[in-house]
Amino acid sequence: MIWQFDTLLLVLLIVAAVISLRIKDLLAASVVFGIYSFLMCLLWAVMAAVDVAFTEAAVGAGVSTLFMIATVYQTTRRSSD
Amino acid sequence: MRAFGLIIVLLTGGLLLWGVRDFPLFGAADSPANGGVVTAYYLQHTMQDARVPNAVTTVLADYRSYDTMFETAVIFTAGIAIFAILRVFDDRGGRRLRKSQDAPVKGDQYRIIVGTTSRLLIAPIQLFALYVLVHGHHSPGGGFQGGVIIGASFLLLAVARNLQTSLDRFPERRFLAMGAGGVLIYAGTGLLCMLLGRNFLDYGALQAVLPATGPEMARSHGIFAVEIGVAVTVSASMFAVYAMLASRGRLKDGL
Repeated sequence: MIWQFDTLLLVLLIVAAVISLRIKDLLAASVVFGIYSFLMCLLWAVMAAVDVAFTEAAVGAGVSTLFMIATVYQTTRRSSD
Repeated sequence: MRAFGLIIVLLTGGLLLWGVRDFPLFGAADSPANGGVVTAYYLQHTMQDARVPNAVTTVLADYRSYDTMFETAVIFTAGIAIFAILRVFDDRGGRRLRKSQDAPVKGDQYRIIVGTTSRLLIAPIQLFALYVLVHGHHSPGGGFQGGVIIGASFLLLAVARNLQTSLDRFPERRFLAMGAGGVLIYAGTGLLCMLLGRNFLDYGALQAVLPATGPEMARSHGIFAVEIGVAVTVSASMFAVYAMLASRGRLKDGL
């Protein structure tokens, strides 16, 4: 564990989480949520949980981002609230 | 109301962080996860019991195989539930759905750079998925990750071309059958152990039917068999969920 790397990851994680909640464009929100998943994947890898990191990269960043993008295309792209 | 929500969120977050103080430090040797009798047994016996160096795989698919079997069943149930909610068989008479302004335009599937790149990538992705599935005994990965990557390769095809191209290769009947079939492979392996006179999912019994040199190798092969079941269910469920979401359950003209 390198504390500088950990701190950078955690700060980026919080920034990505807040952006994906606040952003009005739902497609961009899905993509930022994918970035959040990749950062989570790096955090798992830092904590030596490689199997979990693998799953997070495949499911969280890959497939579930695509699920959200597919759903956004079926509704409107702009968030109303 | 917003202020009230903020107070609740801050209070809950503060309590959760306060609760973390009692947790053992990261990597502490005396934490329950690291110091327990069970952990020591798993780490020391994974090679003798099942000839699998990756203890994560042994724990998931052998020592706690009931857990993984019902996890597979949960994924299958989730896929079937989304299918049951979204699938529309009769298109007539319903309310005309508003066409999204962001819907893909006609001819979109002929985008040459995206199309060619994904066509070149899909075969290596599927090969890598099979490697992840087969090599789960020795490296991170296994049935779940391999299955997700196989599903993702079909999703890539659907995104880069269109849903119909993907459905031609992975039709509805097939992904439904594979979703159920994977759970059946897993439970069937367990049942086979029972028929051979041992407990449910006690792979050592497979020694009698597999070309294994002993009960340890039989357990290793048993783990591989259930990993295949997990991969089949997961890949089919992932594709089923995407196909339902992308086409509003009509399985045509999707994203």
